[in-house]
Amino acid sequence: MTFLGMPTTAPRGVGNLRGDESFPAAAHKALQDEQLRRNLGHATTTIRRKSGAVIGELPDWQELREAGSTLKANTMARLPELLDQLEANVTAAGGVVHWAADANEANQIVTDLVKATGHDRVIKVKSMATQEIGLNEALEASGITAVETDLAELIVQLGNDKPSHILVPAIHRNRAEIREIFLREMPGVDPALTDEPAELAGAARRYLRETFLSTKVAVSGANFAVAETGTLAVLESEGNGRMCLTLPETLITVMGIEKLVPTWRDLEVFLQLLPRASTGERMNPYTSMWTGVTPGDGPQNFHLVLLDNGRTAVLADEVGRQALHCIRCSACLNVCPVYERTGGHAYGSVYPGPIGAILSPQLTGVEDNASLPYASSLCGACFDACPVKIDIPSILVHLRNEVPHPRAEKAAFGAVAYTMDHPALYTRAQHAAKLSRHAKKLPPPLNGWTASRDLPEPPSETFRDWWAKR
Amino acid sequence: MRIALFVTCLADTMFPAAAKATVQLLERLGHEVVFPPGQTCCGQMHVNTGYQDQALPLVRRHVRTFAPYDVIVAPSGSCVGSVRHQHAMVARKAGDAGLAARAEDVGSKTYELSELLVDVLGIEDVGAYYPHRVTYHPTCHSLRMLRVGDKPLRLLRNVRGIDLVDLPAADQCCGFGGTFAVKNADTSTAMLTDKMSHVLETGAEVCTAGDSSCLMHIGGGLSRIDAGVRTVHLAEILASTQES
Amino acid sequence: MSSRELILGRIKAALGDTAVPEVTRDYRPAASEKADVELLIDRLVDYKAVVHRSDDVAGVVASLNPGRLVLPPGLDPSWVPADATVVDDEYQAEAVLTASTVAVAETGTIVLDGSPDQGRRRITLLPDLHICVVRPDQIVASVPDAIARLDPRRPLTWISGPSATSDIELNRVEGVHGPRNLHVILLGGAS
Repeated sequence: MTFLGMPTTAPRGVGNLRGDESFPAAAHKALQDEQLRRNLGHATTTIRRKSGAVIGELPDWQELREAGSTLKANTMARLPELLDQLEANVTAAGGVVHWAADANEANQIVTDLVKATGHDRVIKVKSMATQEIGLNEALEASGITAVETDLAELIVQLGNDKPSHILVPAIHRNRAEIREIFLREMPGVDPALTDEPAELAGAARRYLRETFLSTKVAVSGANFAVAETGTLAVLESEGNGRMCLTLPETLITVMGIEKLVPTWRDLEVFLQLLPRASTGERMNPYTSMWTGVTPGDGPQNFHLVLLDNGRTAVLADEVGRQALHCIRCSACLNVCPVYERTGGHAYGSVYPGPIGAILSPQLTGVEDNASLPYASSLCGACFDACPVKIDIPSILVHLRNEVPHPRAEKAAFGAVAYTMDHPALYTRAQHAAKLSRHAKKLPPPLNGWTASRDLPEPPSETFRDWWAKR
Repeated sequence: MRIALFVTCLADTMFPAAAKATVQLLERLGHEVVFPPGQTCCGQMHVNTGYQDQALPLVRRHVRTFAPYDVIVAPSGSCVGSVRHQHAMVARKAGDAGLAARAEDVGSKTYELSELLVDVLGIEDVGAYYPHRVTYHPTCHSLRMLRVGDKPLRLLRNVRGIDLVDLPAADQCCGFGGTFAVKNADTSTAMLTDKMSHVLETGAEVCTAGDSSCLMHIGGGLSRIDAGVRTVHLAEILASTQES
Repeated sequence: MSSRELILGRIKAALGDTAVPEVTRDYRPAASEKADVELLIDRLVDYKAVVHRSDDVAGVVASLNPGRLVLPPGLDPSWVPADATVVDDEYQAEAVLTASTVAVAETGTIVLDGSPDQGRRRITLLPDLHICVVRPDQIVASVPDAIARLDPRRPLTWISGPSATSDIELNRVEGVHGPRNLHVILLGGAS
């Protein structure tokens, strides 16, 4: 029985948290794409080097990580009180706070707010929350055009593509591919455009300029919200965020309920952690902070939409709730050997990589993303890279225990455990293993091993046989 | 010192040479090795595949078997990682606080081979002789779960006759990951392919590591492509002497 | 039941009797180091800002040939070159000249807070050249120092170099939507 007030997963049929196929099936296709792997390998190697260098400059990186981790745990434990405080402070500063239990409600709130302005176009700052809930699709269904203004989002939108990385949604595209997309899809583009990154950035600048200046409504996400002051923060690089946050008349910010920090001072931790872990910069070019409405400066109508959409279900899991500490830096993607080879699309959700493998199944309920907790070799590189010390490998193991298991696999593991708990049976099984000698191909589901690897020759005697003879 | 050997089911069944080498090395260094016969498998594969209930009796068995010993060694970073970091978790999940406490105790006195040698026995030169070109792959669980750091390399650098060459991108996972290698065989293979190219770049005759499981994976791949590079467990190199 | 009550109820149910953990702050707090102007310059230049050390603001501004210049209302008039072409409309401006609130040496960051000598946010966004004046007493060592000085109720813009993107192959390239040129004038005498 479900009743109101119980933690609830994100609804089906809306948003972008569920893929069409399992991770192994999607990965199989992605791995055929040599260009994709070269692009990803190049980009992730670059960012790992840059990030490592600027992290190395800070003598207190580990202490900052610990502070970030404990701050987030502290925040989660005090969420009701802090959300109350945030709401009061945003309201006092002239903003309007809305609460959205799920993607459908959030989409409806934003659509209604845009319609109320009388405009039919919004400019958007890159936001994971609005991608998660499928806001662009919902706006479009109501006749409202959503223009993505982040360069990588623009590349994805123009290319009719899907985002594949939290920070750089077009990481799977190289400069030559981006040039082709611009030449094909960008109205008024100079046909002499080269694939120099600076020129490509310049083309985006010219293309979006008029849109920035003439659009009256913007939609953003938020990196942080300070409960104590009602201050919102957006970190960005290009200035598209500043455009969206300052030029329009109306600003609508959609934010997950976990994005809170308790006090203004707490930003001193996250403003050091996020840029260095994320883009590998000491500080990103632009950070905007605003508290409600400032008369005469920036949007005079500010709406904050607080989104649940499965977050309370994550919070209900004592082990898994750490996933809500994520500050969306993408460091775990950049160091993940699985992500580096399959890319982000294989994960099916807007949250790819190691964090996606623990967050998506928890937001949707594990039965809807049952293959994701297995999309990891448990190598642990993500845990080391995480600026807020989310123990991703442990949560993966925890979620593997929660997902529905194939019946045959469950029976096999039960049988193995039984054998292993009976040394006589175990010894007999060891000797039986020798019979499989010279088997070059294993039957399904183990054939994946012998597709690329030889089996070892079973030895003539086991260790315990040898020991017994000593 | 009296040291209990936790052989691991994989080394016991498929790679006894690594386990024998562990015994021979420790005995050569003047220690007594005992083999508690009730041991089977630590249950790591069950835990990492999502079968913690089924792992519970294996955890009980392991804890019961090894509780009487003061120092326990295994020639495997990942099995030690499981004993140290997963057994208590499995016990707690099953609501058995007593087992969890005993599991933590066993975990705290269980060492991976290089940890035992360097941290407990305080030895970096084991007097080994191994005249081959060798590259070392630091397995993920040794590196990031146990934090063995450069202990295996310190031991290898002191081996006579060895030509030790750095493995490029050494800290990247080889793609084994237990059932990952089967459930996500394509991705696992893609990771293995890159690991093998790095091994081949070194021109080494031997690729070594502290885990038979990763070596089985890397070795299986190298054998499939007839690379002519052997995989040898760290214990076997350290156990080798001029005489052997 | 409103969605507000619904969500807060869900959160309380999810948390149960979760204890509130302490926050560990063993990192370098505010006021642990002295601001280093040389470090600030190094960091600014590293992220492609141009740094001038001079007390002759008007002279530096004139030398940059800023073209149509927009100014915040409370700017020190002595900073404006006598022959400058000052415009009221930031949409028409080619350059903007402002003061600043805080500069963070360790990260090469300058923060504007919308004070009268910095103006509303859009004037430093639309022109292609931003000339920003920093006084010596505004330079702090670290991010915690900056946070301690800033008033969160003001609209804040943290600027670290000119507009840039890492969206193409994760390499930073300068020049997207914000000002493509950032010049910083450090007062307090040339060294």
